[in-house]
Amino acid sequence: MKAIFLLIILSLILAAGFLAAFFWAVRSGQYDDDYTPSVRILFDDDTTGKSSVTNEKQ
Amino acid sequence: MAQVDKFQYDNDIVRKFLIASVVFGIIGMIVGLWVALQLIWPDLNFGIPFTTFGRIRPLHTNAVIFAFVGNGIFMGVYYSLPRLLKTPMWSKALSNFHFWGWQAIILAAAVTLPLGITSAHEYAELEWPIDLAIAVVWIAFGLNMFMTILKRREQHLYVAIWFYIATWVTVTMLHVGNNIEVPVSLWKSYPVAAGVQDALIQWWYGHNAVAFFLTTPYLGLMYYFMPKAANRPVYSYRLSIIHFWALIFIYIWAGPHHLLYTSLPDWAQSLGTVFSVMLIAPSWGGMLNGLLTLRGAWDRVRQDPVLKFLVVAITAYGMATFEGPMLSVKSVNAISHYTDWTIGHVHVGALGWNGFLTFGIMYWLIPRMYRTKLYSTQLANTHFWIGTLGILFYAIPMYWSGWTQALMWKQFTPDGYLKYANFLETVTQLRWFYIARALGGLMFLSGVFIMAYNLIKTARAGSFLAHEDAEAPPLAAHVTHKGEYWHKWIERRPVPFLLVSLVAVVIGGIIEIFPMALIKSNVPKIESVAPYTPLELEGRDIYIREGCMGCHSQMVRPFRSETERYGEYSKSGEYIYDRPFLWGSKRTGPDLHREGRGNKNSKSDAWHYNHMVVPQTMSPGSIMPAYPWLAKNELNTSRTADKIKVLKMLGTPYPQGYEQIAVQDLQKQAAQIAESMRKDGVQDDKLEQREIVALVAYLQRLGTDIIPKARAESK
Repeated sequence: MKAIFLLIILSLILAAGFLAAFFWAVRSGQYDDDYTPSVRILFDDDTTGKSSVTNEKQ
Repeated sequence: MAQVDKFQYDNDIVRKFLIASVVFGIIGMIVGLWVALQLIWPDLNFGIPFTTFGRIRPLHTNAVIFAFVGNGIFMGVYYSLPRLLKTPMWSKALSNFHFWGWQAIILAAAVTLPLGITSAHEYAELEWPIDLAIAVVWIAFGLNMFMTILKRREQHLYVAIWFYIATWVTVTMLHVGNNIEVPVSLWKSYPVAAGVQDALIQWWYGHNAVAFFLTTPYLGLMYYFMPKAANRPVYSYRLSIIHFWALIFIYIWAGPHHLLYTSLPDWAQSLGTVFSVMLIAPSWGGMLNGLLTLRGAWDRVRQDPVLKFLVVAITAYGMATFEGPMLSVKSVNAISHYTDWTIGHVHVGALGWNGFLTFGIMYWLIPRMYRTKLYSTQLANTHFWIGTLGILFYAIPMYWSGWTQALMWKQFTPDGYLKYANFLETVTQLRWFYIARALGGLMFLSGVFIMAYNLIKTARAGSFLAHEDAEAPPLAAHVTHKGEYWHKWIERRPVPFLLVSLVAVVIGGIIEIFPMALIKSNVPKIESVAPYTPLELEGRDIYIREGCMGCHSQMVRPFRSETERYGEYSKSGEYIYDRPFLWGSKRTGPDLHREGRGNKNSKSDAWHYNHMVVPQTMSPGSIMPAYPWLAKNELNTSRTADKIKVLKMLGTPYPQGYEQIAVQDLQKQAAQIAESMRKDGVQDDKLEQREIVALVAYLQRLGTDIIPKARAESK
């Protein structure tokens, strides 16, 4: 069953990559604030989008 | 705020992917309906090879997965990613290359699959030149995405982006892993792995195609569009982080649950089961997070069709991800596997989760990009109800049919005989379920037409905003040089750095050592198992071309109900020369692994001939399509030598220089089979040159290697 070992290795590499990404995320402060990001996405483009609409109408 | 950057979001690329998704969605679903109707009336292939079930079923699956859902993913990513990162996509040229490249691949699939050009790996059927094209386009998409992430004006990577990243990384690995193949010609290749190993790699891929193409990108879309549509933050951002990391770490191990009770070693099966059962936690974390986002706003679901679609989508996700772990339990799988239960299961996910989420996003996007209101809320509601009922009309008959057939397969009389010894009885019983299912599919499809009309009307009434102005402050100074930042962190922490590099090195070492060490410890070897003869090999490739594995498995499971019906259960050592493996995943017709000459159910060559030409003459009431062209086409032997050469290179022990005499051997065996057919009344002067002779040679070989020689000769 060499195939399964190949798959396990590939999966482990992937997992190690994601683990590194996770460490990066934690260390770089990605998750220091676990509330604001959820609210922030609601405010981004809508206002500017509308302003561009009004600009064109002027 | 001292300084604000001004830039524009590209809505044009979003619209392009949206249109492609609707168009290919409609086409893919029409093909799906057509396939479903062929199970009721097999003549609906109109006697044409290119439109026969085995060839267009993969066309349906590829179209809905990679064309409908695929374009849907890109639509959502190209809309949400720039907005989440407050920067336009890095390269407009790459965006467009991605779009046109992807559509070209879809068209290539739409041409090659009906032609019977297939690798036989489910959801990875496309042959190697198209595989390469997919890799190029996928890398273009990844480059564009990662460069956009690097150029971002928002330091925090919102959870949706994490899902997109995981999707890209994992799909890249899966696509490469499952398509390691050696070309014989431009449109034919053999996989490097054979038999059990090929099966394991295929379902490691196949399951993760569901996980990382149909699930993770859509969860990302859910985390963007659900809060946007509801105009409230996601229920718990913390939960979203936890369930993301849990999901991606667990998902990759679940593949073997597609191979329960097969010849795969038990421990590998158990590994798949354990991880599959664990998956329910992160899956339901996502589902609950999505639904609870609507806390306190459920009244709006009554009015807003977008929210209706999203709610049903997420509910369907919850149901499918509850069912999945359950189906991975061996005793449940013993009933569900090879039946319509699986079909019902995937369609709850596909129609409910993927379909309805896509529709909800489209209803939300079009009015926004066209700066107008939806043309008709009432039509959207009609779509919602006809679609929801369509899902129910589809899924319930399939569950019912799956149970019915599985129980009939396993039913014994008090005397200990199979109650439904004729497999066909268990098929004709399902007719009304198939009719109901087709009706459900038709309802779902009509809903999509209603949506297309509604969206076109909306677009006509509005004016398209191709480039949306936006502004954002640049990223604060301390994080602008990103490249250094990561290194700085790792440089300041020697211990984790050492650990990470150690892991990398160990893995690298293992990769080099394992294949060497393991070549011998392979699959238990069975001395009597021999390579296919050139004629059988050609027959096998015809079997693949016609997509026989879409309806026939080649895997007798170790149950009494199966050994009674088919014969000795299948052993892993019997498949070592099977490139690709052809175990199948659905038994619309009976298993064929013990079909060969000398087995308990074996038939004469002439029986097979007549059965292929008009199945109903030998099995009245059969829903198998007729294959008259096999009795007319001349067998193409121009590639036989090349095929032998490639297989020899991959380790099939053909004698030295065998490729030079392969065609001679082929003709000899063909003459024998033709003679046996003639003896039983088949009339055709050129019989030995027909494709059907090769196919029958292959069928007569199936599962015969382990029959003791004396018994085989006495038959």
